Formats: sequence, structure tokens, C-alpha cells
Amino acid sequence: MKIDVLHIAKLANLPLRKEEIKKYEEQLSSILEYIEKLKRAKTDDVLETSQVTNLENITKNDATTPSLSQDEALANTKSQRNGLFKVKAIFE
Amino acid sequence: MNLNSLTIKQARQGLRAKQFSSLELVETHLTEIEKRNKSLNAFLTVCSNEALAKARKADELIKDGQNFPLLGIPIAAKDIFSTKGLKTTAASKVLEDYIPQYNATVIERLQSAGAIIVGKTNMDAWAHGSSGENSDFGPVKNPWNEQYVPGGSSSGSAVSVTSGMAMAATGTDTGGSIRLPASFTNTVGLKPTYGRVSRYGIIAMASSLDSIGHFTKTVEDSALLLRITAGRDKLDATTPPEIVPNYFNSLSNGVKGLKIGVPKEYVLGLESEISNNFNGSLKILKKLGAEIIEISLPSTEYGIACYYIIQPAEVSSNLARYDGIRYGNDRSFFGDEAKRRIMLGTFTLSVGYYEAYYKKAMKIRTLIVNDFENAFTKVDAIISPVSPTKPWKIGEKVNDPLKMYLSDALTVNANLAGIPGLSVPSGFIQGLPVGVQFLGAKFSEALLFRIGYAFEQETKFYQKAPYEL
Amino acid sequence: MNYRVVIGLEAHVELKTQSKMFCSCSADYFGQEPNTHICPVCLGLPGALPVPNQRAIEWCVQIGQALNCHIPLFAKFDRKNYFYPDLPKGYQISQYDQPFCLGGTISVSGKKFGITRVHMEEDTGKLTHGGDVSLIDFNRSGVPLVEIVTEPDFDNAKDVKAYLQKLQQIVRYLGVSDADMEKGQMRLEPNISVSLDTKSKELPRYKVEVKNINSFGFVEKAVNFEIKRQLEILQSGKTPVQETRGWDENKNATVSQRVKEEANDYRYFPEPDIPPIRWTQKQIDQLKLSLPILPDEAVEKAIALNIKVADAVRVSESVQVFSTFMGAAPIAAQHGITAQGVANFIINNKKMDVSGTTPAELVTEIVNLSKNEDVNKDELRAIVQKVIKDNPKIAEDYKKGKDSVIQFAIGQVMYAIKKKIDVNIVRKLILEELK
Repeated sequence: MKIDVLHIAKLANLPLRKEEIKKYEEQLSSILEYIEKLKRAKTDDVLETSQVTNLENITKNDATTPSLSQDEALANTKSQRNGLFKVKAIFE
Repeated sequence: MNLNSLTIKQARQGLRAKQFSSLELVETHLTEIEKRNKSLNAFLTVCSNEALAKARKADELIKDGQNFPLLGIPIAAKDIFSTKGLKTTAASKVLEDYIPQYNATVIERLQSAGAIIVGKTNMDAWAHGSSGENSDFGPVKNPWNEQYVPGGSSSGSAVSVTSGMAMAATGTDTGGSIRLPASFTNTVGLKPTYGRVSRYGIIAMASSLDSIGHFTKTVEDSALLLRITAGRDKLDATTPPEIVPNYFNSLSNGVKGLKIGVPKEYVLGLESEISNNFNGSLKILKKLGAEIIEISLPSTEYGIACYYIIQPAEVSSNLARYDGIRYGNDRSFFGDEAKRRIMLGTFTLSVGYYEAYYKKAMKIRTLIVNDFENAFTKVDAIISPVSPTKPWKIGEKVNDPLKMYLSDALTVNANLAGIPGLSVPSGFIQGLPVGVQFLGAKFSEALLFRIGYAFEQETKFYQKAPYEL
Repeated sequence: MNYRVVIGLEAHVELKTQSKMFCSCSADYFGQEPNTHICPVCLGLPGALPVPNQRAIEWCVQIGQALNCHIPLFAKFDRKNYFYPDLPKGYQISQYDQPFCLGGTISVSGKKFGITRVHMEEDTGKLTHGGDVSLIDFNRSGVPLVEIVTEPDFDNAKDVKAYLQKLQQIVRYLGVSDADMEKGQMRLEPNISVSLDTKSKELPRYKVEVKNINSFGFVEKAVNFEIKRQLEILQSGKTPVQETRGWDENKNATVSQRVKEEANDYRYFPEPDIPPIRWTQKQIDQLKLSLPILPDEAVEKAIALNIKVADAVRVSESVQVFSTFMGAAPIAAQHGITAQGVANFIINNKKMDVSGTTPAELVTEIVNLSKNEDVNKDELRAIVQKVIKDNPKIAEDYKKGKDSVIQFAIGQVMYAIKKKIDVNIVRKLILEELK
């Protein structure tokens, strides 16, 4: 099973160097080959499990608590201007 | 005998009895870190000054008669736990300079109980790994033999405890990342029931699989920590309201009359030495009065495949926030393993493949959940080896990702089912530690501690250390 | 018409809850200092986890109920994965295949339109562009958004605008959103296609999504522009590209935004951090019972008070005015004023802010207007004297016994004083002066 690594990397917003593509293709192929064994399992009338807590209806009240300060919010960014996060221009 | 060979229980007694101070206790551990960390690479960040200041404070509180359960005790935190004001990297270059503005709930709870963090431990980057070799900041070495891996992904935490650098260390177990390194380092590793301990503030790997636990020298210490970290957190919607029992009430009840199951699928394909060691453990339990029963967990063989679809899928989504805009470096700083898992996850969730892979895996997960539920109607707990092999040499599996994944074969199913697991030392093979794990139904930690305690007190492996402490 | 227009509408409504959808930051972000209403959760910091806002969920259900939707007993959240700088987690928590509300209807302009679904999601941060950089404010990130999707039942811009106005009215009546388009509290994204095949009922094979319509004024313009644009392409023998376009108010045109060869693959999967929601039928029924009055019912109630239909619609435009009207009608009746009279006042009045007035105050105002005004007696006498002096015929005719000249005199006085005063006072004064 071959993965279109270029397409997937794009979807995953991962910059890949040309030299890496082949390596990942091979590694991911072999992993996928192993995973194929899943298809042998019989799951005809089986429901999916997406959570194992069996919890339901966990919500919170509509009340506010203090937010981070602007300084705290921006503390870890490498690029800011006037209290805003700054990135290269995005053209809509 | 140095202070860092004590268990937490002993240290608390000693502190209360004024036999030594918290300052001395913390200093001893910091000295050990200074001595050993260069070669073991267990710590990424050491906060000596803060730890010493806190130790002095703890001594004052102890003098005042305060008795918080972890008062004055030095612990380490896996560098995946957010610590306010203290660098948290997940051992990845993406976060190499990230300083959280808030504490993980577990850190708050441990600190409220008086624990003193001495540093943040090294790990496989993003918790992706089973050996400790996937760190962007160099592999962690096994103090029992530095040419060997200590297991991962909570490699540094396991090593910090066994080598006397911390009295306990926090960890996460998504597919075995506490139990495996515990078994490779002669420590007790607890993977609690999913949701037993809050995930808030812990860098997410796979949201429906991440279990928050810890390493200690003994089972009793482990119970002490769980009593503090466990319980509902309103900031984590996946923490059930189950009350946290007093784990000490039943700790020394022994195993007489308990039915302990051995899944026949778990004893296939083991290295012969592991097999022998495991059989030895069964003998001990029988001697202690437990009934050993063979059971079957028929969907075991699909565990790894199922895990390596669900986990990377959730990983690919959880790692999407790392774009370098609000914190950290951009995505080009991800290491190979992270990239692999992100791509694998993106693929199995993508249009055309979701049904065949992700949806299918979710169904198999149901089968695995059912396997365990069935089993626990027949037995009280399950015992199995933790790793199909003994610890391997550093570099041996690093170029074969799939081979590395297969070392999780005996641990992943507990994560898929959300059940708790306790890894307890079960001996040594050519000087390298090996462990055994007890698995139980959800919220059966009290029972696991009870079994683990009986086993540990009989075998006393915890008294061994990798070198003179 | 030799072509067919197919329009489906996606509207987003910002809920005016106190706190955000998945965290406890204040949701009142408009006009605040940037990045001051954020926390680890809505900033997408490592390790943060979402916990859903109970009130937001209930309001979403009520919006669905107001739109006659079916409320399934089981619903869950899902992750919608895509990358954009204003999306801090790299995914949006939304709902995919098990939303809170399904299959409803809405009546607009005498027609019925289908509502496909109503679901809950979270808003993104706000991007502003300046030169060679873009700037991000995350105050809006995590604010609760309700998405309402209609069936592709629309075929003209007028209906689209009317729908949007009705939707705004409904959510304002519900009190769950101010739905102010200029503030971004309500957003519309029409999906528009055109087909030259007027016989077939099949959906055209492409559709164009239009974004960035931020006022009612632009709704009709954008839709009409797009219909025209697509028609021209079709008539030239080509098929319009399936894409997202933005309304450019400077160009008065839609502009191609992101030309993507492939549609975005959102890789939806169930949100593992949030347990699902399971209602009991009793809870659903309770939410329905606690719905406040809605616009259609309000109009009916007004009509039942015997006022003209058009006027009933007018006084029901806003729930505050309707409320004042309904409260005022019985009070007005005690003063001999009909409901229609109250309605007339409300509709014609330019000075008073009816929505901010109590019913009692409103009635007082109406009553006062129909009363006579007070006047200064001396001022009046002076005017009467002047009128008599300027019009000698008044005194002459009166002496001759022609009483009708008094009416003339009254008229002159009333004209001079320009106030609505009691004519009996005027007559009395005139007669006094003539003596």
C-alpha cells in the first residue's frame, strides 16, 4: 500500500525535503502493510468505541473566570506587534 | 546509606522524626543529578535553586507541624507536564524554549501536597517511542547498563527514580510508556484507569489513550501518589466522578484466594528468558496463595494494528497546534518519528481511507474492551510480562520503526480498553531489570496495589539499586 | 427565465453567552484590547482541554426548536481538522454527523424553506492585514457559534435577504444573540449555483460559496452579482469553477479567494476530549416549553387585537417593541384608546424610543398627545383683543346678532396662537371682550 507522501504532507502542513520523501514512503508503506492485518478481524455487527469512559453530559456553567494577561498570552511568541500575533501576510 | 536510597514512606517518617531535613534530602538528590545526569541524560531541566528554596520552606512547615503527604519530597516531572514558569519541551526542538503560563492539574496537586520538583525529565519526543531514543536532546541511558535503553517514552522519569535522582517521577502511558520503562529500570510504574487522573496541562499525545501515572521505588509509594493525583478535574471533561479510595486500607491484604488470569495470547513469542522469569513470577504468586487461571483475550493480535491507527490519528490532530505562531518553533523542527506518526494519522483519517482504517480500528477497539470485560468476570486481575524481550541495546531498533512498535504488543491493549496496569519489578536478566504487570478492571487500582505489594514484599527487588546510593 | 438558480444558505450566529464555548474566558470580545480574553484552552496552548458550555448547548437546541427541527436524543462533538493561522488548535471543535438539530423549516415571505441542520461550533481568532504582515487577535477564538444550514431551496436574492432578516429576528426574540451583522455576530455564506437546464430538478454539479458578506445591504448585491457572473460563464459554454469567493465591497464584486485544486479534507473524527450529550425526551420537551414567544406567534397575537396585518408585522419587528405594545394595549383600552391607536403611535412616532419605554409610559404619552395643551390666559386675552381690533366686522356683526361670526373669531384666534387649546375657553374670552 503506497501512501502519496507529498499529498499527505501537504494536508498535514509538514514541510518535507525532497530527500525525505522516499524514506517516508518506504517506512510508512511497511507500517501500513502490518496494519492491513486489521482487515482480517470480523467486525460486522460491532459498534465503534471512540471513548472508554462511558461518560456523558459533562458540561460547565456559563460563568467567567479571569483570563491570561496580554503579556502572558504573548509570552512565548517570537513575532508580535501591538499586542497581536504577527505572521507573514496571508492573502485572502 | 544515602538519603536517596529511601522510599517516600521512609523519607516522610524521617522528616517527621527530624532525622534529617528536607534540605538535606533535596540536596542529596540534586547532587546525584549533578553526578549522573551527564552520562544518563535523564533530565532536560534541573531547577536546583527553586528546589532548594522550596526545601527550606518545607522545613519550616515541617517544624510548624504541617503534615502534607509529600511535604519536602523531591520529585521529577516528565517534560510533557506543563510547569508554570519552567521550560516544558516534550523533548522536542519545536518547544525547546517554551515556558508554560500555567501548571498542569497534576503538578498543582503534587505541589499542594508539598512535593518539590527538582527537574523535568527527558523522554521520547512527544511521547513517541518505547526506548527513550527518540528525544531531540539525546537518548536516555539505562543506569543498570548504560549501553542499553531504559525504555520509553517516560525514559528520564524511570531513570530518575531508579538512580536516586528523584523519589518519584510523573509519567504518561499511552501504549505502555510508563509500564515498559518501569520494567526496564526496576521501578514500580503505574498506568491508572483512563480518566482517573486529569490530563489537563499535559501535552496531549493520543487523547483517548493518554493515561497519567508515575514511577516510584515501591508499590506503597505509588499508592501514596495516586491518592494525591487522582480525582475529578472540572478542567478535564474525561475525568469521571468516581471517588478516590484510600488505597492503603487493603494494601497488605495479600493475594490468598484471588484469581489471577494469564492470557494465553500474551505468553506467545516471548524471549525465552522473559518466559522463564514470568513463570517464576507465577510460582511466587501461587506460593502466596493466588489461583492462576489461563484465560483468553482473543483480539490481542489486533492490538498493535488497532493502536497504530487510532493513536497516530489522534496525534496528527493534537500536534496540529504547533505552527510556531503563538509559541515554539515551526513544523520543520519536528523529528522523524513525529513526522511519521503525523503522516500516518493524517492518512488513516483522510477521505477514502477513514472507513477502512480509522473506523475499522474503532470497532476492533470495542472487541478489545469486550475481551477484558469478559475476562474480569472470570478472574480478579490479569498478570503478564510487560515486554516480550529484555531491554535492548541503544541503536538496535532505532532504524526499524515497525520493530519498535512491536515492543508495545503486551501493553497497548490496556490503553485501548482504558484499564489500569501496574508494572512491578520481577527480577533481572544478565543484570538488566525485567518486570511483570498486573491489569485490572477500571478503577481497580486498590486491587492492583494489593497484589503488587504482596509480590514486591515477597521478592524485595526494590532493595536493589543500579549502583551504591 | 431560461435558467435555474439554486441557493443554499449557511448562516453563523454568535451566541451572547457570558463565557466562551469551551473555556471560561469572557465571550464579550468586541472592541476589547487584543489577546486579553484568552486562556490556555482558547489560545490552543499545549495541554489545554475543552469543556462545553451548557447554556450554549441549550441555546443551540432552542434555535433548532424555533426552526421546527427534530432534536435527536444523542449528539456529539467532532474535530474538523485544517490549518489556518486564526485556528489555534489546528482543528475546530464542531459537529459532523450527529449534530444537535436536524430537519426543520422556516416561513419567510409567505414561503416555506427547509432547514437541513443546526449545530454548535467554536469561532476562530480574528485576522487583520497590514502591509506585508497579518496580525491575529484570539479574543474571538472559542466564542460559541451556531451554524444554521438550509436546504438549497432559495432561488433569488430577495428571499435570501428576507430569510436572513427573519433569522436575525428569531434569534433576537430568543434572546440568544444580538445577531448584528456589522459586528460579525451573524454571518452569511450563500452557496450559489446556476443551471441552464430548467427542466431537471437535480442539483448543479458545482457550487460557489460566497464569504465576507457583512451587511444586509451586501446580501442582495452579492447574490445577484454571483448569479449574473455564473450565468455568463454558463452561457459561454463553460462551467463555473467550484470555489470559495469573497465579496469585495470596494469592487462591488465577488472575488476568487483560495483557488484549491482539491477540496479541503477535514478528516472529521469524534472529539475524544468531550463526552457525548444524551438528552432525555423530558429535557427536550422542557427546553421547548421554555421557549419565549417567537416572531410568527407575536404577529398572530397582535393581529388578534384587531390591528391591520401590516401593522402587526411592524410592531412585532423587535421583541422589545412587541412586548411594550402588548403591555400597552390593555392600559390604553382603559383610556378609550384602541390597540390600533397604540400601533399607529408606535409606527408613526419618530421621537420616542419605544423599546426602552414601559407600557404605562407609552400610554401616558399617547393620552397626552390627544389632550389639549395649556395656554397662558393673559397671552390668550391679548391675542383675542388683537383679533377683535384687527377685524372690526366681528364686533359689528355680533352687535347685529350674527352669532356665526364668533366661530370666525375663534378660528382667527386658534390660527394666531397655533396651539391646540380648548375652544370653549377661547369663546368665553371673545364674548367677554365683546361685551
